[in-house]
Amino acid sequence: MSLKTETMVLNMGPQHPSTHGVLRLELKIDGELVLDVKPHLGYLHRCFEKHAEAMQYNQVVPYTDRLDYLAAMGNNWGYALAVEKLMGIQVPERVEYIRVIVAELQRIASHQVALGSNAADIGAFTPFLYLFRDREHILSIFEDTCGARMLYNYIWVGGLSHDIHPDFVKKVKEFVSYYKATIIELDNLLSYNKIFIERTANIGVLPLDTAINFGASGPALRGSGIPFDLRRDDPYSIYDRFDFEIPVGKGLQGQVGDCWDRYYVRVREMEQSLRIIEQAIDHIPEGDVQSAIPKRIKPPKGTVYTRIENPRGELGYFIISDGNTNPFRVKVRAPSFVNLEVLGELCKGHLVADVIAILGSIDIVLGEVDR
Amino acid sequence: MKNAEEIFNILKDNFGDAVIALDKDTPTEAVITVDPLKIHLVGEFLRTNEDMMFDSLMCLSGVDDANGKKVKDADGTDIIEGGTLSVYYHLHSVSLKHKITLKVSAPREDAKVESVENVWKCADWHEREAFDLVGIKFLNHPDLRRIMMPYDWEEGSHPLRKDYKNPEFYQGMKVPY
Amino acid sequence: MYQFIYDLTGNVIISTLVTAVFPLVNVLIVALIGVYLERKISAWIQDRVGPNRVGPFGLFQTVADFIKMMQKEDATPTDIDGKLYNLAPVLVFTGCFAAYAAIPFSSQLIGSEVEVGIFFILAVSSFTVAGILMAGWSSNNKYALLGAMRSAAQIVSYEIPTALVVLSMVMLMGTLSLTKISEMQTAYFWNWNILGGATLGLSKFLLIPFMIVGFIIIFISTLAEVNRTPFDIPEAESELVAGYFTEYCGMKWAMFMLAEYGNMFAVSAIVSILFFGGYHSPFGYLGNSLGINWLIPYEQAFWFVAKGWFFILVQMWLRWTLPRLRVDQLMSLCWKYLIPYAVVNLVVIGIISLL
Repeated sequence: MSLKTETMVLNMGPQHPSTHGVLRLELKIDGELVLDVKPHLGYLHRCFEKHAEAMQYNQVVPYTDRLDYLAAMGNNWGYALAVEKLMGIQVPERVEYIRVIVAELQRIASHQVALGSNAADIGAFTPFLYLFRDREHILSIFEDTCGARMLYNYIWVGGLSHDIHPDFVKKVKEFVSYYKATIIELDNLLSYNKIFIERTANIGVLPLDTAINFGASGPALRGSGIPFDLRRDDPYSIYDRFDFEIPVGKGLQGQVGDCWDRYYVRVREMEQSLRIIEQAIDHIPEGDVQSAIPKRIKPPKGTVYTRIENPRGELGYFIISDGNTNPFRVKVRAPSFVNLEVLGELCKGHLVADVIAILGSIDIVLGEVDR
Repeated sequence: MKNAEEIFNILKDNFGDAVIALDKDTPTEAVITVDPLKIHLVGEFLRTNEDMMFDSLMCLSGVDDANGKKVKDADGTDIIEGGTLSVYYHLHSVSLKHKITLKVSAPREDAKVESVENVWKCADWHEREAFDLVGIKFLNHPDLRRIMMPYDWEEGSHPLRKDYKNPEFYQGMKVPY
Repeated sequence: MYQFIYDLTGNVIISTLVTAVFPLVNVLIVALIGVYLERKISAWIQDRVGPNRVGPFGLFQTVADFIKMMQKEDATPTDIDGKLYNLAPVLVFTGCFAAYAAIPFSSQLIGSEVEVGIFFILAVSSFTVAGILMAGWSSNNKYALLGAMRSAAQIVSYEIPTALVVLSMVMLMGTLSLTKISEMQTAYFWNWNILGGATLGLSKFLLIPFMIVGFIIIFISTLAEVNRTPFDIPEAESELVAGYFTEYCGMKWAMFMLAEYGNMFAVSAIVSILFFGGYHSPFGYLGNSLGINWLIPYEQAFWFVAKGWFFILVQMWLRWTLPRLRVDQLMSLCWKYLIPYAVVNLVVIGIISLL
């Protein structure tokens, strides 16, 4: 006698503890085995691009905060960079240095959330809170700097909204020396935890050619073993002045490109960000941070595509200007949007529990997936 | 490393009329205009050719050019007739580290562009987005559905068109609130 | 205890009820303190403050929660299997509650002095599986169903290593009665089974390593039986929302919660009886040295509860430190490691006890 078996469709989300927002995954499962994953997006769609067309160039900046709300500094910067390139604005040195420092701080803060939520998805809740405790230091630095903890509206076209706080340098240095010591805690507690390794090594292996073909970027791409970082490979701002390494996945615990590699790349990237901050913090020149802000932003006709290395990957802004005060078209190439596409490929043949681990290791923010 | 002009010339040699123009006048980046029904062949060539190696599609954007004639609709609002919709492809080579922008334009009323989904996988969702928001139909796309808007959003209503009008109702719910 | 009250009242029904109320109260207290401690300890581990609003140090937080739970509307989803759905939490709770009948809190304080105490506990705690399966099936929810299937597989599998270790202990002690097992480890801590038992000789020292292995095996498998992290995959919050009790709310949900904390104490009690002298004090009794005989049972109860709570604390410590295993890893841990080791342990202990 043979038993009749059926595959089951499990609807994960939009309301689910670990879809990181309102993502809906349609899992086709055979018992616990995942046969197919279909993501359904758009639950957080608010048509940023349409909004941008109705705004003047400088008014778009606060909207960019809401894209990747865990890395708002990077979003501001990417947009400002695009418009600056379109208009040919040269920003002062001081602004460049401050931008680099806040962006690297933001990268650390963002990775902390990414690692923490990845750990929490796998069931380790304590590292999550440790990381959030450390993130608090960065957020309070940002709060001193621009008055906001999450959505900063700090980096404007041509400059910054505020100069840094008098205590900024001191506090950043304190944080750097504090966090250099604390990052080891994370390694001890989680990175080399046997159960964590069992759960993440050899899971969701993303081969390099697939990663490139799917357009993956950021830690998801570097986890697959290629040292591709826009700060080095397509340098913008003043990143060519700093000395830092690009961590890549080496397959230390399993195959190259598995969840553990993506996780570990983020941990090591935080260290490199600390290194960049250390190099930059003592060399902030004096000056006015708003001197280069144009009175009226009216770029010439043309198109521009700029990309920066956001914590989640390559954040691109494609702006078409028709010579008016409003952008004609703004398209955001959101790293999470592109990285999420590969999820279906990674999950096939794994178990339900692995889907969560893989999704956590890709690290998406629905704010920029749905825009 | 190759600059836009060299790439244009190589493409012109290989594809002839399918490669239409090179626009160098824009202040920031040069754009090569390609025939929308040949773009997948051009893409495949660019990805596999040894001198090109454009293995990564950075971005694919659908654009409403709004270059048609503005006419008044029956209820007095502006709509656009004629003109084109465009798709921009921003390509990048991870190994050779050069970049190029391609552009295809198709008539607004019946915009059909060949899909590059089987050249670069990441085009899948980008193309769905361009279809959803701008209304460009990608031929031979495996799964051309809406992606951002609800699946049952009004047929033929694409928010990023310049003459888009909010529908009054969606599923019996009032939309402009 | 039953005998004592029976002597006092001379009525079977009253003495039965009074005896039965005792474990109920105990479960409630364990859950009440357990939930509070869980929160406080997790807070300390995680560098937080924890509950601090209701009462001093937030002591009444769980009481407040309990009152909230009682007031909640009993929302039931549509298309459920009503009978099973309502029966499931009761059954789960019964499994936990009944186990308390045979647990000796002191030499006097024991619900029912059954000769086959350990066997009885193993048997009735399997009841829980049926309840969990019912809950998962009747909820008409795929998450609940997956959770229930995982849970059933997990509990059934992990009963085997538990039973094997219990078997080796029973073989060594020659009795199934928990009171007798406790009594055999009387006096000082070097008489505990983890340190080779009370009989002095070569076999005592030979036994120590195998006793430690046995203890580790039974601790791990009881951890899995009560669904605690790293084995909390049936509830796996981040995967299955809440597992088999996803669709429960209010008091029905609280029953599952009570059962979980009740079970935590029950398994800790079993571990401490089998290996750590049960209710016996590690240092002798104050009552003995002072010559106050009535003090001894109270001291015993204190030591028993203290040991039980110690293991609960260890469970909490583990929960807030470790990530969660995956379902297949959980199974392979049981079948590939724990059971073979438990069997070898059983054989070796058997040989040593023949010496």
